[in-house]
Amino acid sequence: MKKLINAPEDVVSEALAGMAAAHADLIRVHADPFLIVRADAPIAGKVGIISGGGSGHEPMHGGFVGRGMLDAACPGHIFTSPVPDQILAAIHAVDAGRGVLQIVKNYTGDVMNFAMAAELAAAEGIQVATVVTDDDVAVENSTWTAGRRGVGITVLLEKIVGAAAEAGADLATLTALAQHVNAEGRSMGMALTACTVPHVGRPGFDLPEDEIELGIGIHGEPGRHRVAMAPAAQIAAMLATPILEDLPFQHGDQVLAFVNGMGGTPLIELYVMYHELNKLLTAQGIHIRRRLIGNYITALDMAGCAFTLLRLDDHLTQLWDAPVLTPALRWGI
Amino acid sequence: MEITADQIIAFVERVAASIKAERDYLTQLDAAIGDADHGLNLDRGFSVVITKLPAVADKDIGSILKTVGMTLVSTVGGASGPLYGTAFLRAGMVIGDRQTIGTINLIGAFESALEGIQSRGKSTRGEKTMIDAIAPGIEAFKAAHFNGVDLLGALEQGLVACEEGMQATIPMLATKGRASYLGERSIGHQDPGATSAYLIAKALVETVRR
Repeated sequence: MKKLINAPEDVVSEALAGMAAAHADLIRVHADPFLIVRADAPIAGKVGIISGGGSGHEPMHGGFVGRGMLDAACPGHIFTSPVPDQILAAIHAVDAGRGVLQIVKNYTGDVMNFAMAAELAAAEGIQVATVVTDDDVAVENSTWTAGRRGVGITVLLEKIVGAAAEAGADLATLTALAQHVNAEGRSMGMALTACTVPHVGRPGFDLPEDEIELGIGIHGEPGRHRVAMAPAAQIAAMLATPILEDLPFQHGDQVLAFVNGMGGTPLIELYVMYHELNKLLTAQGIHIRRRLIGNYITALDMAGCAFTLLRLDDHLTQLWDAPVLTPALRWGI
Repeated sequence: MEITADQIIAFVERVAASIKAERDYLTQLDAAIGDADHGLNLDRGFSVVITKLPAVADKDIGSILKTVGMTLVSTVGGASGPLYGTAFLRAGMVIGDRQTIGTINLIGAFESALEGIQSRGKSTRGEKTMIDAIAPGIEAFKAAHFNGVDLLGALEQGLVACEEGMQATIPMLATKGRASYLGERSIGHQDPGATSAYLIAKALVETVRR
């Protein structure tokens, strides 16, 4: 294992210290428990938006804390969900009396820990709503699994719901909006290589040079199918087809197309994939109205990419375009 | 024969030592069908638990177990933190301020702990989880007791069933937790949660056996 670290057990705290030093104008970072909070939180009259999950997916979620997106993020240890006390501390840090919305990716541990935090907050009289994202079409049979995983839609949802919260929407409206965005989005990912968790020191699974893993999640867990390596055009079709068929997306739809890098793939390849996705969607009469290309929800050093498509209407488009000022996403300001 | 509060402290210390010793093994099992952190997370949690024990060393069994549960919830994360944390909390609530505990109370504590795990995890037997080791262990313990076997003998029989339950997860298809995303590829691997549950049961039996 070759990594730019000092010691595996210090990676998360040292990365947070780096974020604190780099972005003191936007965020405050707490060490115990780990918390990233918007510098000016709590904001009077605004519903607090929080999220969190294991570390190793940077810039998600800490990189999305700031004006127009999240009020706080709770980073867990690498690929391990945060704990209830930590989430409760985030709720306390952002609650301005109008309630708090938790955005949770559908993983067993995350769902349980956020549920326990919501119970603790409710016992204190704080209004907390939870929306669980589950956009990963790679999980074919939700009945026989823990359900579809929350992946790329989480980033888009945090931006859109964050914009609505900034504009003063109430907790019920934001909850409904978050559920709507989750329902209109679908994702599928693939890996060229497995990732290496620092404290494990070797890749999470073996992937031969001539094979790829389709339907991976974001924790270095193996995917659903292993297939032969193929040109970008074919891989793009393998990712896009199950997404398009699942919603289904139809001729005339307008979408936000998100091409996400898993952490170890250069941007030049992500643009090749965007080019292929654009051709595929154009051929089916689907119009890309907005796009996001880059490493936003990663699995450490995994090479590979994921597509997320979100069906857009004018309202969602306006919220996407609204100003955002965070370490990882910023425009309009 | 009853189990004393001192033995409960010794049991928790033994669990912590066992989890530390088997940390890499648990993590290896988790790497095959999960995300390679089960041993690490439990070791982190029980290492903190050890530091909390002196403060409850002279307390009743309920207080000791509740402290263990709260600490696990606050330090482990993932699914195993809420699940084991809830189990110890529930057991502590059932046992309350007792200084010793006999078989009947132990059955109540085990069953309440299992109910806590099932409701928090929304899971049941046969889904390739820790429940597949815990539930048969409790059943065998109860059956042995009602057949007139003494506390240690019943615990020994429970441990055998727990180990068999753990091994029975190997051919199972996971339908809960992160392993479920592997579909049929989860078959052929022993569940890490069932394995850590067995280690905890083994630590209890070894403590009482001494």
